[in-house]
Amino acid sequence: MNPKTLKYIIKRLILAVFTVWVVITVTFFIMHAVPGGPFVGEKAISKAAQQALEAKYGLDKPLMTQYVTYLKDVVQFKFGPSLKLRGRMVIDIMADGLRTSVKLGVIAAVLALIGGVVLGAIAALRRNTVLDRIIMVLTTAFVSMPSFIMGSLLLVIFAIKLQVLPANGATPGGLVLPIITLMLYPMAYITRLTRSSMLDVLGQDYIRTAKAKGVPRNKIIFGHALKNSLIPVITYFGPMLAYIVTGSLVVEQIFAVPGIGRAFVSSIINRDYMMIMGTTIVLATLIVIMNLISDILYKVVDPRITLD
Amino acid sequence: MDINLKRLSMQVNVDDLLPASEEEKEYMIKMRPSTTAFKDGVRRLRKNKVAMVSFWIIVIITLAAIIVPMFWPYKYETMLGIQPGKPVDATYNNLRPFEYSRSEQKRIDNGEKVFPHVFGTDASGRDYFIRVVYGTRISLAVGFFASIIVLVIGLIVGSIAGYAGGMVDMIIMRIVDVIYSLPDMLMVILLAAVMRVSLGAALEGTILEKIGSNIISLFIIFALLYWVSMSRLIRGQILSLREQEYVLAAQASGAKGGWVIRKHLIPNCISVIVISTALQIPNAIFTESYLSFLGLGVNAPMPSLGSLASDALNGLKSYPYRLVIPAIVISLIVLSLNLFGDGMRDAFDPKLNN
Repeated sequence: MNPKTLKYIIKRLILAVFTVWVVITVTFFIMHAVPGGPFVGEKAISKAAQQALEAKYGLDKPLMTQYVTYLKDVVQFKFGPSLKLRGRMVIDIMADGLRTSVKLGVIAAVLALIGGVVLGAIAALRRNTVLDRIIMVLTTAFVSMPSFIMGSLLLVIFAIKLQVLPANGATPGGLVLPIITLMLYPMAYITRLTRSSMLDVLGQDYIRTAKAKGVPRNKIIFGHALKNSLIPVITYFGPMLAYIVTGSLVVEQIFAVPGIGRAFVSSIINRDYMMIMGTTIVLATLIVIMNLISDILYKVVDPRITLD
Repeated sequence: MDINLKRLSMQVNVDDLLPASEEEKEYMIKMRPSTTAFKDGVRRLRKNKVAMVSFWIIVIITLAAIIVPMFWPYKYETMLGIQPGKPVDATYNNLRPFEYSRSEQKRIDNGEKVFPHVFGTDASGRDYFIRVVYGTRISLAVGFFASIIVLVIGLIVGSIAGYAGGMVDMIIMRIVDVIYSLPDMLMVILLAAVMRVSLGAALEGTILEKIGSNIISLFIIFALLYWVSMSRLIRGQILSLREQEYVLAAQASGAKGGWVIRKHLIPNCISVIVISTALQIPNAIFTESYLSFLGLGVNAPMPSLGSLASDALNGLKSYPYRLVIPAIVISLIVLSLNLFGDGMRDAFDPKLNN
């Protein structure tokens, strides 16, 4: 690895760490700027009881002290107790949710990747045919449809009208519809990305050289064209994960999937400070790390790319 | 004689003074009126069928969203079943398209004309058609104004960073880097959740209260988070334009920084600016509908396309069209704006075309 690449990686690492710190700080201070504490809105409790509760959760100390304590805890993955689900730790709730959400997200991402690359390659190789047109029209439609609308429509069609798939994500087979909802947008995006970069590669001189040398068509497609046209797809890894994470917030809501996204949304409605902070930090860190990996991978894979 | 020598001689060459022949005159005739870069772009844009169809769809939807509420006999917030001095008429609720409530049916039987509920009514007895139209209006307005906010902030910060360079540029770009790498949607949800609480109290009694704390907080979010890509783009443009000779000439004749930016640099990257602002609108509509769906969007009873879709989830089994209608409208708007924006980019800025 040349020193320039190394310098770039180090720069990105510092930026990533700094970003995560900003997320933690912003989240903490935003949550504490909300009027009305976490115990407002429940049945009126006496002042003494409220003070006791605040003392128990450390909410009575000065803000900076709370911040420093929280920062120290976060580094050790201690996100404190949930303020609403009494007796449960935020980290445990998140771990529970993540088990489902990671399964959902990873399957959706893998399927989107495979489907997108295959469809994109087909569209590029069969350029300007009916098949290509159909693929392009469908992907354009998928790209311009928000995930919550896609999810709701799939719910109406498959779970209510046709009744072939369960609507509840917690039941067996219930993850099928959420996975389809989550994968369609990234799949459509990857299809378009693969198609355009494949067309670009197919026009390169080395493809013509290979053809002229008499290399078999399959070998040209898989060995030369596809391999090189996948490089831009790598850059989409990070944004894809970010999309899947934010998409899962609504998708889990629609299909009642017991994942971290639903925990996040309900913690916002319940104003569960600890839970909101914990989930935001974990999800944000996940996205930052994925972006970092995909950016670095991109620069390492293709040495022609200039580092800036 | 050698031709070069002839040219050097002081003697007048009579051949040069002959009147132009027809052939030579033909050469000077203008084949077509001269064109400007803008006209050229418009001509290219008009040739692009997809972009033109998208353009007309946007125009029609926008005009409908503005004009229809003016003459439509129902209001988006009126619950038709509730009339002062009368018991609540529940037959107004959950009407299917072109169905009438009991009292309306009676009036029709008496020979009166009753305006039909084209899309039926919702669970509270509000005419659904006008709610969709009004929701479209809100979504479009939010998209438009959010993009303007993003444009203004991005333009100011980007041009300062690009023109000033050095330390100022460094600091601004590091801030941009950090905001850029923040997971935007999570931050948006967080800010929306918090601000609707804190803004609600602050806005009470002001004019802004009518717009609603949620929309205001949406604008603030856009002002805080989404200007970064715009400012990056403009900075890049300014950086390359700044090295041009005419900038040097302007500076040499004593022009100050602000003047150079306003009079020379920004007019030269206007096409890039307009196009990326246009492409920002669908983005903002997307974000608004997403937040509305999570219950963080516009304040009730104001509808937006996202909140209509979200409300429709409750009665999904019986009234799926209540979801399908806003879904189609939203997808149509986003799709046409994107396609039109792409068409504009192809037409006006061949440089951006990769």
